[in-house]
Amino acid sequence: MKGLKRIAIAAGLALAGLSTVAGHAAAPAAPAPAAAVKPQAAAEPGNVSNTAPTTAAAPATAAPASPLLAVDGAPGATPTPGIGQPTDGVFGLQPQVTRNGEFAHWMHNAVLFPVITIISLFVLALLVWVVVRYRAAANPTPSKTSHNTFIEVIWTLLPVVILVLIAVPSIGLLQAQFKPAPAGAVTLKAIGNQWYWTYQYPDHGGFEVTANMLKEKDQVGAGERARTDRDGPRLLATDNRIVLPVGVPIRLITTANDVIHSWAVPAFWIKLDAIPGRLNETSFTIEKPGLYFGQCSELCGARHAFMPIAVEAVPPAQFAAWVRAKGGTMPAAGQPSGAAIPQPGAEGSTAKKDEAETTANLTGPVENATTAATVSPQGATNNPATGNAGQ
Amino acid sequence: MTDTALTPSAFVAHEDHHHDSHADHVPGFFARWFMSTNHKDIGTMYLIFAIIAGIIGGSISGLMRAELMQPGIQYLGSWASLLHGGPQSLDQSLHLWNVLITAHGLIMVFFMVMPAMIGGFGNWFVPIMIGAPDMAFPRMNNISFWLLIPSFTLLLASPFFGGAGNGWTLYAPLSTYGEPGPSTDMAILSLHLAGASSILGAINFITTIFNMRAPGMTLHKMPLFVWSVLVTAFLLLLALPVLAAAITMLLTDRNFGTTFFDPAGGGDPVLYQHLFWFFGHPEVYIMILPGFGIVSQIIATFSRKPVFGYLGMAYAMVAIGVVGFVVWAHHMFTTGLSVNTKMYFTAATMVIAVPTGIKIFSWIATMWGGSMRFPTPMVWAIGFIFMFTVGGVTGVVLANGGIDDYMQDTYYVVAHFHYVLSLGAVFSLFAGFYYWFPKMSGKMYNEFLGQLHFWVFFAGVNVMFFPMHFLGLQGMPRRYPDYPDAFAHWNHVATVGYMIMAAGMAIFFVNLIWSLIAGKKAEANPWGAGATTLEWTLSSPPPYHQFETLPKID
Repeated sequence: MKGLKRIAIAAGLALAGLSTVAGHAAAPAAPAPAAAVKPQAAAEPGNVSNTAPTTAAAPATAAPASPLLAVDGAPGATPTPGIGQPTDGVFGLQPQVTRNGEFAHWMHNAVLFPVITIISLFVLALLVWVVVRYRAAANPTPSKTSHNTFIEVIWTLLPVVILVLIAVPSIGLLQAQFKPAPAGAVTLKAIGNQWYWTYQYPDHGGFEVTANMLKEKDQVGAGERARTDRDGPRLLATDNRIVLPVGVPIRLITTANDVIHSWAVPAFWIKLDAIPGRLNETSFTIEKPGLYFGQCSELCGARHAFMPIAVEAVPPAQFAAWVRAKGGTMPAAGQPSGAAIPQPGAEGSTAKKDEAETTANLTGPVENATTAATVSPQGATNNPATGNAGQ
Repeated sequence: MTDTALTPSAFVAHEDHHHDSHADHVPGFFARWFMSTNHKDIGTMYLIFAIIAGIIGGSISGLMRAELMQPGIQYLGSWASLLHGGPQSLDQSLHLWNVLITAHGLIMVFFMVMPAMIGGFGNWFVPIMIGAPDMAFPRMNNISFWLLIPSFTLLLASPFFGGAGNGWTLYAPLSTYGEPGPSTDMAILSLHLAGASSILGAINFITTIFNMRAPGMTLHKMPLFVWSVLVTAFLLLLALPVLAAAITMLLTDRNFGTTFFDPAGGGDPVLYQHLFWFFGHPEVYIMILPGFGIVSQIIATFSRKPVFGYLGMAYAMVAIGVVGFVVWAHHMFTTGLSVNTKMYFTAATMVIAVPTGIKIFSWIATMWGGSMRFPTPMVWAIGFIFMFTVGGVTGVVLANGGIDDYMQDTYYVVAHFHYVLSLGAVFSLFAGFYYWFPKMSGKMYNEFLGQLHFWVFFAGVNVMFFPMHFLGLQGMPRRYPDYPDAFAHWNHVATVGYMIMAAGMAIFFVNLIWSLIAGKKAEANPWGAGATTLEWTLSSPPPYHQFETLPKID
């Protein structure tokens, strides 16, 4: 609830008509009547209409205001400790904000973790027992027993039973994870580059966002934007966040332009390799608005650790406003953004080959696609385009 | 198997003919160590090689832990300057990190664990345990060892030419068009040579075990260590050619314009991963199976009981070897496998837990009812059982394709495979080293220092690797030289663990040197009634040529 309110306030501030160029800080804010708009927006956070905000709130400025930027151009949503980012010194998984994530979280915490703990402690207890009971001082004459068929059958079958019990939810989890995104899902295409991510929204006019890691104050050059705590933790904050709607299924498609990268956000329980020449697909639905961070999870060269992922999940209306601010379009009502595309190998995917061919390379989950990945026309803001710096 | 005794008999007769009264004639220094055909000398050279490689690989992990002790890049820049001369860019410093992780992985796998397990203990004790005078192909044995020298030299030289920073898995396309310069080619060639060395060794072991057993030493009477080396040799023989093929394709992709793994030419980067892990998964069993064998010998010896469920133990290893070949894609759960493939590899991977469980419980059952003593090898073996269990159960977690989407490429995986290797395989190496040190050197090690080594090392590696589970659960990715500040605490703890572990290793080397110089003379059988395998019937150290008259096994 707190997060919602903060986002609503931020949206209100942004809608007041600030002419900041998305992604670049320190654009001098116009003296907007922020105070007047703020309570109104905060009062009815859910009721922002799809079309009203940008048209109504934008004063006569040419540059589209991002609805996600606050007065000073800093990002509107601020990170919440413990959500969507790691916490120091704790034991346990990151809190999950997708349904599959919650399922997997439950499976780890309620099934796997207790089972492996009990097995480990059981083996430890047996070891302690034999060491104490059968030490030479306590048992000077060793027994001659060298086999016992009954107990051998038991310790073969019992693990089988335990594994079957684990396999049942495990298979269920896989099925849930491979459920194809339904019609009306928002498609996000994440393209890995050395060493930044570019994102495309093929259903929303195909606009593109490039996300570079924000450097620290002492590392930036003149005119470059440095990270602030409002952007997110060190090494996790990006200059441009990708924005996704809450409660709407997201179809994630990954690919890469150079080497293999991996798009991972722990809070979504999502990790999908971005492989050149191939489109991988998965889907998830974010249940809670907020700011969620992830990091590249496949070794991709020198700055592998420095190409983070920052996702800002907002209510659908706000997402629509952001899309428009980015120069994109919302698909018309009643017109799905694309037919449900079967997951490779999932049930009912026999038609996938034909469909992949017809839907072109924007949305098709093409296995072994040989078409080159779309090359981003938008250069990275502070990365050399190619080459391994180590050489 | 009636004709098994023919070959060794002929061999012995031949030797006798040459040396007559000088059956135990030892050649001069150069001929003995550089043109060796003696399995014990070659085994010793393998062990010395593995210790040197272990020192280098372990020092590299020390560099890594030092860098990771605090958030931020502290030392990489100055190390890169040292290595290449002059100030280096940030990217060159970061690249050095990737060079370090790659070198650590390759050295520990190919130049420490494998040479020690198979080349060292395998060479020393497989012929003795089956009652053979030597390996079947002594000269091939020699070249197996000497191939490792240029191989290791290539790998160690590669950082001076830029360095291979692809990770030990050498994934394409990072290892093809992602990294120009000669260093990756050097690393690939290094793997070729190490692989050829292992294939030759595997052929030698298989031939030796099948053909050179003493009369009466049937397959089902062989000590479990011999069984473990036999299964390992088959894994090597079947898996390494696949690696050789994959990295040859890398070489031609890099240098000769082929596009096996380049989508622009119709290739597939994921194909490389399939090929690599078809080798890579059996490889992890190659590293642990001989350890299973060593631990079985030690547990039986110091419990004064035969191994419980001998046949089950032997065939559990065979089962692990067979199933180990059909689970490879669990290393690739996030590469976009189909749902059916993921389900299959999840299920197949879990199956491995069954034979592994049989082994754990059989070891405990061996001790059950025994009359146990706890000299150094035994505490290492018991430590192995528990630590391997901990590493094994996290493997069951990772086996679940749906769970692995979170864990893949995080420190949870790092913790898992260090528990089965750095605490599993390495514990069994130390167990075997202390167990056979009196036999190999003729000197007793220092018992107090041995026990101290165990406890300090045990504490160190647990403090180092257990917190990595927590880092992984919070999502810290592998192969990162710098991390968000929220990972600082457990990384700091892990580095402290490294320091404790390093102190333990110092104790080991003190013990090693002290024992070689001033150790008490070892009897033929220092371990008493429980030590029933053939090596304990020979003097310590064994004669230069043993079993000139073949032993008869009842």
